[in-house]
Amino acid sequence: MLHQIEGSKAMAQAIALCRPQVVCAYPITPQTHIVEGLGEIIREGELDNCEFINVESEFAALSVAIGASAAGARAYTATASQGLLFMAEAVYNAAGLGLPIVMTLGNRAIGAPINIWNDHSDSMAMRESGWLQLFAETNQEAVDLHIIAFRLAEELSVPTMVCVDGFILTHAVERVDLPEQAQVDAYLPPYEPVQSLDPNDPISIGAMVGPEAFTEVRYLQYYKQQQALGLIEQLSDEFAELFGRASGGLLRTYNVEDAELVVVAMGSICGTIKDVIDEMAADGVRVGLVTLTTFRPFPTEALNAALSDAKDVLVIDRSLDVGMGGPLASNVAIALREMLRPPQLFSAIAGLGGRPVPKTSLHRLFRQAAIQPWSGVHFLDLNERVIAREIHRRGKSRRAGPTAEAILKQLGQERAARLARMPR
Amino acid sequence: MFQVRIHGRGGQGVVTAAEMLSVAAFLEGKHAQAFPSFGSERTGAPVVAFCRISDKEIRLREPIQEPDALIVQDPTLFKALDVTEGLESDGYLIVNTARSLAEIQIETIVAKLPAGRAIAAPATELALKFINRPSPNTALLGAFAAHVGVVSLDSVCEAIRRAFPGKMGEANVEAAKAAYALIAAKVAA
Repeated sequence: MLHQIEGSKAMAQAIALCRPQVVCAYPITPQTHIVEGLGEIIREGELDNCEFINVESEFAALSVAIGASAAGARAYTATASQGLLFMAEAVYNAAGLGLPIVMTLGNRAIGAPINIWNDHSDSMAMRESGWLQLFAETNQEAVDLHIIAFRLAEELSVPTMVCVDGFILTHAVERVDLPEQAQVDAYLPPYEPVQSLDPNDPISIGAMVGPEAFTEVRYLQYYKQQQALGLIEQLSDEFAELFGRASGGLLRTYNVEDAELVVVAMGSICGTIKDVIDEMAADGVRVGLVTLTTFRPFPTEALNAALSDAKDVLVIDRSLDVGMGGPLASNVAIALREMLRPPQLFSAIAGLGGRPVPKTSLHRLFRQAAIQPWSGVHFLDLNERVIAREIHRRGKSRRAGPTAEAILKQLGQERAARLARMPR
Repeated sequence: MFQVRIHGRGGQGVVTAAEMLSVAAFLEGKHAQAFPSFGSERTGAPVVAFCRISDKEIRLREPIQEPDALIVQDPTLFKALDVTEGLESDGYLIVNTARSLAEIQIETIVAKLPAGRAIAAPATELALKFINRPSPNTALLGAFAAHVGVVSLDSVCEAIRRAFPGKMGEANVEAAKAAYALIAAKVAA
């Protein structure tokens, strides 16, 4: 049924339809309305056989989810940003133990400097943890991906993160088609664990593994992620058949036929990019888009097939690997090695710490790729005036003080000057 | 696509106003997208919320930079920031004030818009009368339905009821209807 609903609330309802048995969360910043919504649903008794456990930290949240999952329960939690980092050790443990927990990440930046706004730094910090990572483009897809995620995680016994742009999606109110319980039940069977702790049939999970077997355990994690590539496609097809709409999958293409420049991006930015592509097409400039829905496992083969006719590829990252550049761009570059005649790769960083990504800036970026190609990393809408002044200032004195405060001071002075010029 | 930006202060229901407007459009079968300008919200601080309304799916995620209509819930904001930044030259402006637009000294802004596009609506006064608290958002949505259209008064009222069930909702509906009648009479005159 169609609803005009906030993303977080829609996700809470979709997760409830997946019949989790344990939901645990640390309910303060950085948290979304998702677990708040789930807490309400559980308290109202609308979800049978489910326990909401309020814990004392994010580390505890995922630890409880690990315990619950090991005991054979369908376990769910949500976090973002610093919260994900605080649970980092448990994130790796859940993956290493092969426990099919589903976790929503309301993607946000990581401090310092303190910043509560959206980017993909948190997901990227955990990209090597062994979790599957799926990225939603819209709130409809965020809802659908959770349903797919539980099925995917449990079939492979691998934990899965559903990555949803914080604020941009989690706090946006828009049209979402929420499925019926019977539909979800038909798609997602009850959880049947491949391993579970049972006092009547004791086993141990989490053995110490030395050099003689560690590589093999890791290899099997890698093997399962490779298997996930095929399964994700299959589960997306099954989803489309049952729910009547396409969601998930490895990637989606938009206008890539005959496009010389193809953009690769993830998450909600893809909607804005599509609008820009349509506007440029009206001017006779053909640009295509590959929306990566699955980031882990990285869909190398599918991506190369989608980019096979492209002359130039522009990767837009919503996070920064400070010593290297865009993490998505690095991954795409590795994938392109497999191609006989790989396209030229451009990398741009956009939307860090909640910086809006306007259409006008994307227009400029896409045109620049055609007429004035760059090497290295391009930072979209970087305030070069402020950067130059700050670098100059720092060069003058050893005791230059903290960077963030100095930048804020500059911007504050500029704003005051602007306001003084405003007509009263 | 029709784009609305709502300015106000924390505690005035700015974000809820954008959400209710999106629900009103949804009830008419349109696509709508409402979202706040994210910050560390606190009572009294300037707040901005956005609403897009379209017949097609809305894919755009940038903040609204060139609104077709602007709702200003607190007229003191004109002195604090450039609220009309990017407002389309044929845009609509609704200001919450019981005074005239000349009295709040925004003639230069009014002069840039076609005649009749900027209006004053005494939304706080209507809210105090019907809801007994200074929450101008629902009255302003009633004024919006009269002045701008795009959504009908009926849809606005239904959206208000969904946001505030029960007595509180009905009181807000009365405030919206009163604002609608007031502005519709002005437009007709």
